Amino acid sequence: MADPRDVLIIGSGPAGHTAALYTARANLNPLVLEGEPSSTSDQPGGQLMLTTDVENYPGFVDGVQGPELMTIFKEQAARFGAEYHTVKATKVDFSVRPFSVWADDDEHRARAVIVATGARSLMLGLESERRLLGYGLSTCATCDGFFHRGESIAVVGGGDSAMEEAIFLTRFAERVTVVHRRDALRASKIMQDRAFANDKIEFRWNAVVDDILGDGKVSGIRLRDVNTGDQSDLDVSGVFVAIGHAPNTDVFHGQLDMDDNGYILTHDGSRTSVEGVFAAGDVQDHIYRQAITAAGSGCMAAIDAERWLEHQSVTPANW
Amino acid sequence: MPADPRRDPLPMESTLSALTDATFEEEINAADQPVLVDFWAEWCGPCKLINPILEDLATEYDGRLRIVKVDVDESPDVARRYEIMSIPALVLFQEGVAKKRMIGAKGKGQLVQELAEFL
Repeated sequence: MADPRDVLIIGSGPAGHTAALYTARANLNPLVLEGEPSSTSDQPGGQLMLTTDVENYPGFVDGVQGPELMTIFKEQAARFGAEYHTVKATKVDFSVRPFSVWADDDEHRARAVIVATGARSLMLGLESERRLLGYGLSTCATCDGFFHRGESIAVVGGGDSAMEEAIFLTRFAERVTVVHRRDALRASKIMQDRAFANDKIEFRWNAVVDDILGDGKVSGIRLRDVNTGDQSDLDVSGVFVAIGHAPNTDVFHGQLDMDDNGYILTHDGSRTSVEGVFAAGDVQDHIYRQAITAAGSGCMAAIDAERWLEHQSVTPANW
Repeated sequence: MPADPRRDPLPMESTLSALTDATFEEEINAADQPVLVDFWAEWCGPCKLINPILEDLATEYDGRLRIVKVDVDESPDVARRYEIMSIPALVLFQEGVAKKRMIGAKGKGQLVQELAEFL
């Protein structure tokens, strides 16, 4: 394979796969470093790998399962020759061209790089989380809901992800308590309506989780009312946290300009602060965060990269 | 209508052998090498992601490590006995005794590192 490559793509959610599809069809022989397996959303396929029904991705009248959608995306890109390595990028050097990206002990060099590493779910930041992760505290509702059949569980958060998890978990649990720090949800109207209509779902408003309780496994959570400061304990066997996301940008610190929350700053489409490096999907978007917008921005990054490479080849003085 | 959670978006075939509630005890006790048990289910995406890694490891460490799978849906008793509450869960058995437990999907390098003392 040519060294350097024309295009290297880091990440394999909707943005990464779409960038791979477009650059592969443009004969740019993209290599995708798709990430490594994990039980969080930082994994090959990204956040959709931990979801069930995706009902708002156009083209699927009856909805589609998140993992199935990502499998289809990947197969479509691979059909045009996109190459995938199941490794995680651990170091990058964007200060010289061609750019270098390391994964395991291998160095990959590329003339253009598309960053599509996405975002991961935030945890609460409690000491008890480390102790009880996998023992009632879960990062994957689709994986672990099964183990709470007939039991009471808590979902922390008030957005779409929290509602989706709460509704999904009612398939197993007898009672799902949604714990939200405000007095109103920020989830979309349709998800709110579904959650409110579900008689297995209860809400604890204006409450934050001070601690997850349990010796060996989760037995409850300690809640604090944000208005009164009063603490109370809620008996649950499971806790699922969906309080928001953080971008997967640790490896790009000092290389690409970011905002205060670590999201990569883009301008003029998908361009980053380094010419020849493009960013797409949730790694540069904390506003829309949809599969369709990520896919769209992956397409933009592919077209931007293709045109930039074309421009480079006619003006070799830049190299 | 929400899709059936048991509908399988990623059908999986594994070359690793499966143990069940009926066969688990006997096979684990009879093993003359460490046995890594992969507790998994069809509806668990991360479980499927690690299967190819486990297949690789089974080949690489053939003769030193046996890797088997337990479908928690089909064999709930074994899963309950070992207090599995999150999958994928990998439990390493030596001479019939559970010695180490790893929860959540991991990359190959990390798995090898965590298993090093048993290989």
